[in-house]
Amino acid sequence: MLTTQSLKFKYPEGDAFEFPDIYCPAQEKLLILGSSGVGKSTLLHLLGGLINTPTGSVLIDDQDMMQMSNAKLDKFRGENIGIVFQKNHFIRSISVLENLLIAQFFAGQKEDESKCKKILDRLNILDKQGKAIKTLSEGEKQRVAIARAVVNAPKVILADEPTSALDDNNCSEVISLLEEHAHTAKAALVIVTHDSRLKEIISNQIVLTSPIFEK
Amino acid sequence: MKLLKLAYRNIVANPLNLILSIILFGLGIGLINFLILFNNQLKDKFEKNLADIDLVIGAKGSPLQMILSSMYHIDSPTGNITIGEAKAFLNPRHPLIKAVVPLSLGDSYKSYRIVGTTDSMLSFYNTSVIEGNLWHSDFEVAIGRAVADDTGLTIGDTFHSSHGFTDDEDFAHDDSSFKVVGILSATGSVIDQLILTNPSTVWNVHDHAHESDIKKEEEPHNHEESETDENHEGHNHEDHNHEGHEHSKSHIENNQPYAHTIEDLLKYPEKDITTLLIKYKSKTNFQALNMPRAINENTDMQTASPAIEINRLYAMIGIGRQMIQWLAILIALISAISIFIMLFKSMKERKYELALIRVLGGSRTSIFALIILEGIILTLIGFLVGFLLSHLGMELLSNSLKSAYKYAFSGFAFMKEELLLLGVSLFIGVLAAFIPAWQAARTDINETLSEKG
Repeated sequence: MLTTQSLKFKYPEGDAFEFPDIYCPAQEKLLILGSSGVGKSTLLHLLGGLINTPTGSVLIDDQDMMQMSNAKLDKFRGENIGIVFQKNHFIRSISVLENLLIAQFFAGQKEDESKCKKILDRLNILDKQGKAIKTLSEGEKQRVAIARAVVNAPKVILADEPTSALDDNNCSEVISLLEEHAHTAKAALVIVTHDSRLKEIISNQIVLTSPIFEK
Repeated sequence: MKLLKLAYRNIVANPLNLILSIILFGLGIGLINFLILFNNQLKDKFEKNLADIDLVIGAKGSPLQMILSSMYHIDSPTGNITIGEAKAFLNPRHPLIKAVVPLSLGDSYKSYRIVGTTDSMLSFYNTSVIEGNLWHSDFEVAIGRAVADDTGLTIGDTFHSSHGFTDDEDFAHDDSSFKVVGILSATGSVIDQLILTNPSTVWNVHDHAHESDIKKEEEPHNHEESETDENHEGHNHEDHNHEGHEHSKSHIENNQPYAHTIEDLLKYPEKDITTLLIKYKSKTNFQALNMPRAINENTDMQTASPAIEINRLYAMIGIGRQMIQWLAILIALISAISIFIMLFKSMKERKYELALIRVLGGSRTSIFALIILEGIILTLIGFLVGFLLSHLGMELLSNSLKSAYKYAFSGFAFMKEELLLLGVSLFIGVLAAFIPAWQAARTDINETLSEKG
């Protein structure tokens, strides 16, 4: 369950954002829409605990990430949040399977190879487990990114523009994969996008408007 | 453990950088370690062979040459002295001298030197006969362990010596054959490389030799000018010629001189020995400290202190050694810089990866540790390469070093300084990785991920 309360963030250089309160229970989906420059990425980073210096609070199961120390936040993020980025990054020196195992390691969980393989299998990329990341197609990389986001059974899955680079077919496929895996992992799924195709798929929506400038 | 594995995988994922860093670092460390090995073994050898000897007395010439020839057996002697001249120092009741060993040099077998001496020589070098007996009569020899191992000589074997110290059949004494009666225990000192016999054997083989030399010299085509002279130890050889001439008749009549102990030697004041090795009763006695100067000023003999001459030698070779040492340090330094640049560059290239590790729950400490580990792995591999190179080089060179220094160098000798070098290597790894690691750890993940790469 993800909740935010009176969340505001101001960049040191000037841009300041005030976000509407968000609520998304486990196994539910939430679409955050907005055009460029309204703070979509900033909000995603706040929800993902990548920034922890705003006013207001971001709660996951009643624990406020904004009140946590850096070290505790790192650990909490690894355990409770899975993020699928628009452009997905991997550790290039290791294989697909090892990228999942290392996600378990950094989240402080036990490395469970059979669990990782099961997830790869459900995403139809089990045959790529030993491959280097650079040999994969963009669609395959997207699947590995989804696998990595769900491997630690997080409470919240965040997706940043997961479909913007995809055609209609792949778009709906990726969304249904995300939905399916978020559901299996009993996680709240929050998608941040400007892709209007998703409006018809996910009904629970929040639209971000222009930022507030406070100098 | 997993972090270590990831660090290792990151390193090997970039083989070109890896190889460059390792070649540079390995070369620097290898050179330094080789110097450590060589230096330690050489020092060890020099110190072992000092054998607590305080003074060497011999014919006038270069003191260093005298020390090298009679204590390390790697140079030609300065010449001979007569027993008459040295009589006072052979006297067992000499007030300053605790022990004395006479050496007579001149012949060799397969470049192992034959030394005419008394049995006190064994106690000087802490060795004893482990197989067979000590020599009792002329032409009986006890051989050092290395001689036995290398030549395959065993008890009861006989051999012919060559005149001079090189292994040259032209100078073989055909008519005198030596018999091995004993083998000495291994000591690691120069005595392992020697063939010991009594002093009169050296006289008698030379008297034989001079007859045949004279015969050779009568045939002009056998005369080999300056080279022959050199191998025959210069002027001292001429002395022999005169003597040999005079005495050859007497020993042909089976009346040859025989000397086994110091008392025996004193019966032949006109005979030659090469040097005396002397241990003082007290190293700090004022008279003992003055004795060398008295000998140098008042007799035709000279003295040399082994410790002083060896220190002089060290000082002479020290300059070359230091230059190589600085070169090695320079190479290691350059490689440390190259490791730093490589890590810094790869850290910049991998900034998204490193941010990702944070997203996945890794802490700043994990990031810092990861990059430090990469530095350590690089220098560790570099150290291992250098370690192997230096030991391999030492082993390959040991044979040529052995003939040059009369000392068995080994590639399999390990020094505690090498452990220190390992420590220094790892420290360099940490140092080179520190700035990249610190930079990576403090990078803001939010900013990195917001940049559209």
